[in-house]
Amino acid sequence: MTQLKTSMTRHNTGTKEQAPVYSKAERKTRNAHLRGRFGLVLYLVLLLLPIYWLINMSFKTNTEILSGLSFFPEDFTLANYAKIFGDPTWYMGYVNSIFYVSMNMVISLLVALPAAYAFSRYKFIGDKHMFFWLLSNRMAPPAVFLLPFFQLYSSVGLFDTHIAVALAHCIFTVPLAVWILEGFMSGVPREIDETAYIDGYSFPKFFVRIFIPLIRSGIGVTAFFCFMFSWVELLLARTLTSVDAKPIAAIMTRTVSASGMDWGLLAAAGVLTIIPGMLVIYFVRNHVAKGFALGRV
Amino acid sequence: MQTKVENNKAWFLVMPVFLIVAFSAIIPLMTVVNYSVQDIFDPYTRYFVGTEWFKQVMLDSRLHEALLRQFIYSFTILIIEVPLGICVALMMPTKGRGASLALILVAIPLLIPWNVVGTIWQIFGRADIGLFGAFMSGIGVDYNYASNPTDAWLTVVLMDVWHWTPLVALLCYSGLRAIPEVYYQAARIDQASRWAVFRYIQLPKLTNVLIIGVLLRFMDSFMIYTEPFVLTGGGPGSSTTFLSQALVQQAIGQFDLGPAAAFSLVYFLIILLVCWVFYTTIMNMQKDK
Repeated sequence: MTQLKTSMTRHNTGTKEQAPVYSKAERKTRNAHLRGRFGLVLYLVLLLLPIYWLINMSFKTNTEILSGLSFFPEDFTLANYAKIFGDPTWYMGYVNSIFYVSMNMVISLLVALPAAYAFSRYKFIGDKHMFFWLLSNRMAPPAVFLLPFFQLYSSVGLFDTHIAVALAHCIFTVPLAVWILEGFMSGVPREIDETAYIDGYSFPKFFVRIFIPLIRSGIGVTAFFCFMFSWVELLLARTLTSVDAKPIAAIMTRTVSASGMDWGLLAAAGVLTIIPGMLVIYFVRNHVAKGFALGRV
Repeated sequence: MQTKVENNKAWFLVMPVFLIVAFSAIIPLMTVVNYSVQDIFDPYTRYFVGTEWFKQVMLDSRLHEALLRQFIYSFTILIIEVPLGICVALMMPTKGRGASLALILVAIPLLIPWNVVGTIWQIFGRADIGLFGAFMSGIGVDYNYASNPTDAWLTVVLMDVWHWTPLVALLCYSGLRAIPEVYYQAARIDQASRWAVFRYIQLPKLTNVLIIGVLLRFMDSFMIYTEPFVLTGGGPGSSTTFLSQALVQQAIGQFDLGPAAAFSLVYFLIILLVCWVFYTTIMNMQKDK
């Protein structure tokens, strides 16, 4: 990349200027490039340092944590992780979280796909208002709805179930899913729809056989975003659950006990919550940049 | 923009979304409206009080302070995160394995549950067991986010910058990728300076994504709850108590349902108003293109 850039610079400047000038321009480009790399590495180090500290701590015993700072665990231990994986009340938290996040992802995609298609292809009464209304739900602070949510889901008998959390999270994942998918769908030319109809495809058949494969990457990105926002949310998830569907993030607060904080255990639990996110982003890494711009750059 | 076909049957496609969001949005919202005009002693004893709670909320000095803090906070983080995000995006490699790696690493903070973010900084900032706290003490600053309001602010802002700059950076990164290579070639032929390339090629192309970024960051920072709650619990005193937290304290801590509901509505309307302005701007800009 560096070579390509500099050789292009040389080519462009070389045709216009004398030899000494182009070598100066070349050096300038390379310097800027190096400075950029240095800055990026510095930023990434600062970014990863707090996470590293957490990982580092999760392999230490509590006595070592409290006895002083060290960059590597001297008394390397897996006891904190063993405790989490050995206790169902701990590891079920992860299962619960993953369970409701997946449910949320499926529900969001199923309802958002047709809706996004409607928004990207048709004009209908109240479409703009509907779209803004959907987005306005993304803007509603969860704190506002905490108590009503609790009462609503208790009254329909869904309190402390996975589906309750999945549905509650739909309030912000569905608008986002519609928004992202609409952006991706608008990028598909209308002519494809029309050709398919002329060829005798019915709408459902066209949608499943032709249209969905076309926006595959968009669907992947949308699923990623649903995952992301449902995974990181805690306030609603905690309010709507007590035992059976309690998310890991809420279980973590248990590490505060009468005898003080169990820092090692807390750190280990924290590290384990980061892993699923990293796995998911690895799968969509090539499309995620477009998805962050909600399909509209 | 392509012309769209007029067809009201499209409502059938939107219906599932409408129903599922309405269930979780309209019913709770109406409950809040219902509370906001009543004085509730217990589930069976309640009186209609009209706009009394709204008047009380509008005059409550604690809420004014929380609102002011909220605005200062939101603007501070925007001022830091937006330029920093642009810089990071400009520095990120464009092709090859480095690009994927940088993308994944930059995105990590976004995928950490919010209370874990709070926990990470709670640990990281402590002078006895955290690197950042120890570093600050090491350079001779008497740093303690749990007792000194300035330090608490510094930590909360730093945490937010750490947590959310990646969002701005990734948005800008995708905006930069959308600029055709021809533009840069033209600039090279014109011997344009680095600054000129940024100012006249990159920045104009970034406007769209930057508006989305600012909108998302404004919205989310206005709703922030979990991270400061875990980190400082709103303290010391009430120096880092932002709107959400003041609200939760009132609704659940003191069980003042009426005033809390009125407060919720006012709070929601402020966010809605600002976001409507942003949204209309985005839509108009897309129309112009």
